[in-house]
Amino acid sequence: MRTNDVILKTATQLIIFIIIIFSIYVFLAGHHNPGGGFIGGLMTAAAFVLLGLAFDIDTVKKTIPIDFKMITALGLLIAVLTGVGAFVFGANFLTHTFDYFMLPLLGETELATALLFDIGVYLVVIGVTLTIIFSIGEDQK
Amino acid sequence: MNENEIINTIVAILVLSGTFLSLVTTIGLFRLPDIYSRAHAASKSATLGVMLILLGALVYFYQDHGLDARLILGILFVFITSPVAGHLISRSAYYSGVQLWEHSVQDELKPVVEKKKKAAAEAE
Repeated sequence: MRTNDVILKTATQLIIFIIIIFSIYVFLAGHHNPGGGFIGGLMTAAAFVLLGLAFDIDTVKKTIPIDFKMITALGLLIAVLTGVGAFVFGANFLTHTFDYFMLPLLGETELATALLFDIGVYLVVIGVTLTIIFSIGEDQK
Repeated sequence: MNENEIINTIVAILVLSGTFLSLVTTIGLFRLPDIYSRAHAASKSATLGVMLILLGALVYFYQDHGLDARLILGILFVFITSPVAGHLISRSAYYSGVQLWEHSVQDELKPVVEKKKKAAAEAE
């Protein structure tokens, strides 16, 4: 018997935006406050898992039409490149730096190269979590 | 009474009523007879209790740090999700055949579910 999931589906459509926005906030706040790439990535993955629970896995695959293993690989590549990038400036591997820039809308902002490394961590966490959960959750063909 | 004391009194009232509602939730979980009335106690009073405590924290930290967007987001989030969770728990309990309390007067969902089951059986 099919049941009608309209309450769960509508609530999910609303909540997913809150979760993703909060995960991006936590990700960006990681330099000076609790947060960072790991927990931000886990929260984004949790939003997609919620989408998979309320609808089905095919909907999530349609939402992100990329192989999750590729997201993991891309994240690792970014993390390694931020380390290798230090060689260009004659510094040691994984040397990070920061400076203050005037950005439009945001004003004076501290931009650190550690953020680029964190983007790598963020993508790896999303990719690994979603790969694990969706390969367990999928039906056997 | 200066401004600080007024804020502290408001915070105390909010947090104490929030903890009182959480206590009411716990007593309800122990005392009520079946899963549906327990879900009723857990989702309603616990939601309001948590929201009041978060509101108290919002007012408390407003003095030093201004409005904290995370707390506002938390209040909104609990307000949306907690009743949905209560709904899903009692609905899955009903569909997996958990009995109502023996003194229950009426069950309006029963004819609807039976009609649906009959339609599903005929379609096969």
